[in-house]
Amino acid sequence: MAARKSVKKPNVSAEELTKHYREMLLIRRFEEKSGQLYGMGLIGGFCHLYIGQEAVVVGLEAAAEEGDKRVTSYRDHGHMLACGMDPDGVMAELTGREGGYSKGKGGSMHMFSKEKHFYGGHGIVGAQVPIGAGLAFADKYKGNGRVTFTYFGDGAANQGQVYETFNMAALWKLPVVFVIENNQYAMGTAQQRSTSSAEIWERGKAFGIPGEAVDGMNVLSVKEAGERAVAHCRSGDGPYILEVKTYRYRGHSMSDPAKYRTREEVQKMREERDPIEQVREMLLTGGHASEEDLKAIDKEIKEIVSKSAEFAKESPEPALDELWTDIYA
Amino acid sequence: MATEILMPALSPTMEEGTLAKWLVKEGDTVNSGDILAEIETDKATMEFEAVDEGTVGKILIGEGTEGVKVNTPIAVLVEDGESADDYEASSAREEAPSGEAPAEKAPTDKPAAAAPEKAPAMPAKVLEPDYPEGTEMVQTTVREALRDAMAEEMRRDEDVFLMGEEVAEYQGAYKVSQGLLDEFGSKRVIDTPITEHGFAGIATGAAFGGLRPIVEFMTFNFAMQAIDHIINSAAKTLYMSGGQLGAPMVFRGPNGAAARVAAQHSQDYAAWYMQIPGLKVAMPYSAADAKGLMKTAIRDNNPVIFLENEILYGRAFDVPKLDDFTIPFGKARIWREGSDVTIVSFGIGMQYALEAADKLAQDGISAEVIDLRTLRPMDLPTVIESVKKTNRLVTVEEGWPQGSVGSYIASEVMQQAFDYLDAPVVTCTGKDVPMPYAANLERHALITTDEVVEAVKQVTYR
Repeated sequence: MAARKSVKKPNVSAEELTKHYREMLLIRRFEEKSGQLYGMGLIGGFCHLYIGQEAVVVGLEAAAEEGDKRVTSYRDHGHMLACGMDPDGVMAELTGREGGYSKGKGGSMHMFSKEKHFYGGHGIVGAQVPIGAGLAFADKYKGNGRVTFTYFGDGAANQGQVYETFNMAALWKLPVVFVIENNQYAMGTAQQRSTSSAEIWERGKAFGIPGEAVDGMNVLSVKEAGERAVAHCRSGDGPYILEVKTYRYRGHSMSDPAKYRTREEVQKMREERDPIEQVREMLLTGGHASEEDLKAIDKEIKEIVSKSAEFAKESPEPALDELWTDIYA
Repeated sequence: MATEILMPALSPTMEEGTLAKWLVKEGDTVNSGDILAEIETDKATMEFEAVDEGTVGKILIGEGTEGVKVNTPIAVLVEDGESADDYEASSAREEAPSGEAPAEKAPTDKPAAAAPEKAPAMPAKVLEPDYPEGTEMVQTTVREALRDAMAEEMRRDEDVFLMGEEVAEYQGAYKVSQGLLDEFGSKRVIDTPITEHGFAGIATGAAFGGLRPIVEFMTFNFAMQAIDHIINSAAKTLYMSGGQLGAPMVFRGPNGAAARVAAQHSQDYAAWYMQIPGLKVAMPYSAADAKGLMKTAIRDNNPVIFLENEILYGRAFDVPKLDDFTIPFGKARIWREGSDVTIVSFGIGMQYALEAADKLAQDGISAEVIDLRTLRPMDLPTVIESVKKTNRLVTVEEGWPQGSVGSYIASEVMQQAFDYLDAPVVTCTGKDVPMPYAANLERHALITTDEVVEAVKQVTYR
């Protein structure tokens, strides 16, 4: 299967399009706020922002059903917001507070929500890949028809355990969608300097796993590809690979000056292919929304994000005895 | 000239085996490569091929004979014109493995030692037994006890499954999972490819997803490929998720030195895993403990490292005949009461500890021998109480000295019972070297009973 062109005339309702816009905007504003709080010293350690990649998780969440699972790496804020986790709880975890999803003990890279079927938030590059296949293994074992979205980057795609997992997922026909979020840089190393294949998804062919490349800056293309992948997995045909070509605007983490690429490269991507602008354009030109409507949404999102930041500042630090809890079940 | 066919060693730890079936009879002509017999080792039934050509002159050990020692002549090949009557057993070999001349053995003889090796004698008194007094006991090997524990727990809970290399169709590389595929099917007894990092991660994900995996590592040496998932994924997630998500699972397999498998296959990981908060670590010695602790491990809601030992697999011990026999974690067992010194050990180290205690008793030294059974949680109170009584402590383990289990115990005892010590604690460990292959060097690298005896004499100033 070849890469599919983005859909010119989307068969999509105004309501749906507005929803995508709102969800992507929430991630963008949330991440901007995270960056700000990091600069203020309220967020510590490593903090990896998702700005630029919003269409990936929003598009794929639109293809998911209730009960489907997701697992990803440390660049996880967007995934959590997209699957419906509370921005207050996510932000408070970033600030290491009691009100955070992990009670302040996990931080940016290690967050979970069993209720929303979000299984982390994993800090070791590539480790989430067999874990995602394991979640799918459990679903197949139980025969519950669920699918697991296992996200990893172009950098993680060079970890051996990814291919150990491809082999077993194909062998055991596990219902797992492997989502390669190819943002073109493994930290500071461009894909062509680290990866022998130009099309990473094609590596699945060696294991008999079908897949495709997707325009990751277009939320509708992502959703459409996600639906194909999910249908494949849910029908019992085993795993499916989506290589979603995306781009991160910020550095690898907050402390990355991103000198390995030009300012122009980033600027060009922002101006020409920004996922949120594309939807905004569709809403306006299609007559689905007015500038005022969109301004109202912007305002609403800003309020949600401001509230989460307030919550994250006001929530107390965890009590000292939290140090000794949750080590054993 | 007649050629002896000797009982072969068909595994690194095999010392004896069962001559299950002869596939040739006296008078048959054999060529090299012909299958002569089927021999049952502690792990599997193996076909035994001829190396030399000739005629089977005489079968010395009849089929069905158990406990045939390695290197015992089992048959004689003769060349044309020769007669088996020319053969004289005792002259044919320089090194007899046992006292009894093989030729004198009637083919149907049952040797005195039954197939499973006997463990050292049980102590006169076991303190706080794990089962009611008067419980019927059944001689069971550690191998069978582990299998029985897994089978019982798989019957009890549908979510328990076993995965690993060769666990299903091969019946287990060390035969621990024998029969499980037949009973539970391929959905629950799963052969994996040789891909430890990957399947440990998949099992951890399955545990996050609500199942209770048992992961068999063919040996714990190979678990180093998977250690990121054991520690970073399985052990830490409960904490990192603020208690939302844990990994109820067991990582099990043989640990430590087997026999003559050298450096990369002979390492004791007890001290490594014992260090990790979020893991529990069990390392049983007896079959009863192997069974009771394995059942507890499978029911535990945390990742459990279950360190078995290849040499112990074939040892038989009394196992209580109970419908549901479990042993709690964090409860040491006092194998032998004593008053002059406390010897603390676990796993195969207990063999040296118990043998040393027997020897010391002959010298009038009364040793209290404690089997920790689990290293995390560790029953330090039992050790401290014992030290308060004996005032002397020797620890015994197979692992390396630096950062050993014994050094942790010594440190705790010093901090908690310094005033009770009448001598510095001595930690007996394996030597600080990679395991050598040569038989004599390997013996020297491992801890020995004599070294334990010597350590006790040192702390008792004898």
